[in-house]
Amino acid sequence: MNDSDIVQDFLAESCENLDRLDRELVSLEKNPKDPAALASVFRTIHTVKGTCGFLGFNKLEKVAHVGENLLTRLRDGQLTLNPERTTALLGMVDAVRQMLKEIASSGQDGEVDYPELRETLTRLQTPVEGDAARAAATVAPPAPVEAAATTKKEEIPAPEPAAQTRAVEAADGSGKKSGDSQREPARVKIGGLLVEHGAAQAEDIDVGLQEQEKGDRRRLGEIPVASGRAKQEEDLTAIQVQEAKPGDAPAETIRVGVNVLDKLMILVGELVLARNQLLQISNTVEDASLQAVSQRMNLIATELQEQVMKTRMQPIGNIWSQFPRTVRDVALGCGKEVGIEMEGKETELDKTIIEAIKDPLTHLVRNSVDHGIELPEVRVKAGKPRAGRLILRAFHEGGQVNIEISDDGAGLNRERIRQKAVERGLITAEQAGRMTDREVLNLIFLPGFSTAEKVTNVSGRGVGMDVVKTNVERIGGNVDVQSVPGQGATVRVKIPLTLAIIPALVVTCSGERYAIPQVNLLELVRLDAEKAITAIEMVHGVPVYRLRGRLLPLVYLSRELRLAEGTRAGKNDDSVNIVVLQADDRQFGLVVDEINDTEEIVVKPLRKQLKTLKTFAGSSIMGDGKVALILDVLGLAQRSSVVGEARERTVSGKSAETAETAGDKQTFLLFAGLGDSRMAIPLSTLARLEEFPISQVEMSGSQWVTQYRGQILPLVRLAVVLEERRHRVRALEAPPAPDSGPIQVLVLNHEGRSFGLVVERILDIVEARADVKANATRPGVLYTVVIGERVTEVLDIPAILRGADSGSTQAGLTMKSAGVAN
Amino acid sequence: MAHTSQFCTFYLDKHLFGVELKSVQEVIRSLDVTRVPLAPGVVSGLINLRGQIVTAVDLRRRLELEPRAAGLPAMNVVVGSEDGAVSLLVDEIGDVVEVEETSFERPPETLRGAVREVITGVHKLNERLLLVLDTEKACQMTEEAVAAGQ
Repeated sequence: MNDSDIVQDFLAESCENLDRLDRELVSLEKNPKDPAALASVFRTIHTVKGTCGFLGFNKLEKVAHVGENLLTRLRDGQLTLNPERTTALLGMVDAVRQMLKEIASSGQDGEVDYPELRETLTRLQTPVEGDAARAAATVAPPAPVEAAATTKKEEIPAPEPAAQTRAVEAADGSGKKSGDSQREPARVKIGGLLVEHGAAQAEDIDVGLQEQEKGDRRRLGEIPVASGRAKQEEDLTAIQVQEAKPGDAPAETIRVGVNVLDKLMILVGELVLARNQLLQISNTVEDASLQAVSQRMNLIATELQEQVMKTRMQPIGNIWSQFPRTVRDVALGCGKEVGIEMEGKETELDKTIIEAIKDPLTHLVRNSVDHGIELPEVRVKAGKPRAGRLILRAFHEGGQVNIEISDDGAGLNRERIRQKAVERGLITAEQAGRMTDREVLNLIFLPGFSTAEKVTNVSGRGVGMDVVKTNVERIGGNVDVQSVPGQGATVRVKIPLTLAIIPALVVTCSGERYAIPQVNLLELVRLDAEKAITAIEMVHGVPVYRLRGRLLPLVYLSRELRLAEGTRAGKNDDSVNIVVLQADDRQFGLVVDEINDTEEIVVKPLRKQLKTLKTFAGSSIMGDGKVALILDVLGLAQRSSVVGEARERTVSGKSAETAETAGDKQTFLLFAGLGDSRMAIPLSTLARLEEFPISQVEMSGSQWVTQYRGQILPLVRLAVVLEERRHRVRALEAPPAPDSGPIQVLVLNHEGRSFGLVVERILDIVEARADVKANATRPGVLYTVVIGERVTEVLDIPAILRGADSGSTQAGLTMKSAGVAN
Repeated sequence: MAHTSQFCTFYLDKHLFGVELKSVQEVIRSLDVTRVPLAPGVVSGLINLRGQIVTAVDLRRRLELEPRAAGLPAMNVVVGSEDGAVSLLVDEIGDVVEVEETSFERPPETLRGAVREVITGVHKLNERLLLVLDTEKACQMTEEAVAAGQ
């Protein structure tokens, strides 16, 4: 290992240590007498100091040294930690961090040696009021404590094993730390603890030690207890403190450079592509062994992809861990008292996403403290506790990660937001009057919006929330805010788990393929040539389509991309394919020549020559080895002015949409069930609509199944699960009639299983009020509701699945007996 | 013996150009190019180089030469650049030549236009001149080029 390796290791380790120091100092401030935390802080600083002295970073050493001096006196109980000292120590952490940065970039610890900081730290070593009592109580530090401390001190400079550090985050040295790498100090000696807690006198411990040496098998703490020189409960407390230190066996992990993982991820991406190609070939070649191999390869590649993705996952606690410090600094700065709580720290996200959301989240947290939580006096007047609460919550939901930042502050003042927005000219007074509460709240995400009365150095500069929104949307997420006046506000950020491999819809336009990220996709509409002529209407030369009663602006991809018109070769009809997309808060229809398929694609960023193109989010290699561009839906919408650059149009255009989400309306997929009866399922339960030729339907036992996306998809027929029991058996036995037409299948996911519901005909997607409903008339039906003036049965998916499961077992038995009879 | 360096040479509209051999990853025949709509004109498109997506820059367009005659397939000279590999589309590949440093000269002052921007100088070979291409500059999009594509 050469010098620069040592420096690199020193940097990586010190950065982790410093981040831990931030947390520990803040928690120490709340509980200044925690000896374990003090010891740990001391140890960390000592390590940094020792190593940088060894490596010749003298300025750094000087700063660490004064910090250590102060800490020594704190640890020895001569001084107590007060906010001033905490601030100075945190200042020292910042200075050390700054110098480490300097070392990372230039190899030197910089020009500045922080004389003021050192002076402050030195000055703070003089006992002030409040220190005296404690200092007096421990006049002469008893021998065992000293012994414990010195041995610890000696052990320190040896680098700690990286065992408990998560492999992923470690090695790039840029200050990533890990939430679970809390390396606690070595086991504190019980004797020292007892003395420190005032439970026993040093001489008692000495006596105890001598007893033990003579062969007394009792625990050290029990000896003074037995001889009546210490209280038993105090002994037990000390034991608890001692056992709280995780002395667990080190987890089996190794440090791996992030670049290695990135490379691995790229290679897996390639493998996924190669797999796609192989699958395509194997489908065209009639070779059973090739198909078997490619299926196996398919499974392995999928598994590998998952595992590699996992290595890039990091708990969100990694970025949260610095928030206690942020909150402390901001709260102190504006004279507030704020406690921070975290739930779901272990929720994992892809590394790239973690990095991307760090700044937006920090901003939101600062905002909550600065604007949300009131001053202590105001809170007390309002009947709330002095200290405000800031709650961070993270959890997985539907393939996305939700992050909530809630405070119990004053909430957002809707009237003031309305007023400000009008004042700033962001909306007209008339618009403001029409807006719902939710819309008003979301005004804070408009650029140039800020209600802060006074501009603090924290927030209120009119930039911020819109940047938060833009940054979150850039990675495919969205932000929403809710607030109850007087009780607080909650900002909810939803983001995808990963960015590297995404499901996308592949479309063709002017002979080129383009991929559209599935997150932006709402639905697909296909208009026949005849219908298209009348269905597409013009508003001042702008094409629109009436989608369920609302006007959907249409954007022609070929025009937006300036592709040659009339090269629709290979397109056999004049039907119009509309891809309904969501960009920001607006919907629009993208007209393309052909809609191909959905595919998992590996996103590759565009090189700098093409970075300026806002219409593309990246590129990807398709199954046939050709390159396809990935459309950036937001960029495309901006280009075609569906979404104004500054989003001014979102405000006026949103009313209709939000009104209906606010009401009791629900969106249903309407289809024809048995006979001509109308049935529906809530659209949210639907994964996909498919059509299979009857030849693809196979029998597994008595169950209709089909091969779908490399899986076996059980097909559930309504006729089977809903009909009377006596008809059921007969219906089950029937294999699909070979001459019947293709079947319409609704692909549904339930509790992690996919299954297809075979229906007669898919009718429409409709919005209906679900509050006018009657009870179900038969099992498998949730309730009946009137949709489009017809009574419609809304299906109970779990019940149907249960029916299908029991049905197939029963049918299997019937089939068997039938076989015997033959 | 003076220092020598090796150049991979290629032709563009009868001019002989060269790039330092050590910056060349590989030379391949024409590949399927995916057009990038709205991109600067000099970007011919994207190609799949064994799983790596590489931007193809049409040097004829970069040097403001006449477009390549229809039916004449371009050759790809893949070079490493700051920002990953870039493929330079050229007419025809020449030999690898070894030149002495002493034969190098700065481009003539009278040389103007796009060519001036992208060559670092000229090597005087026995029978003709070798224009030394600055690959970084060649791949750089001028502001106008970007604007033209928008």
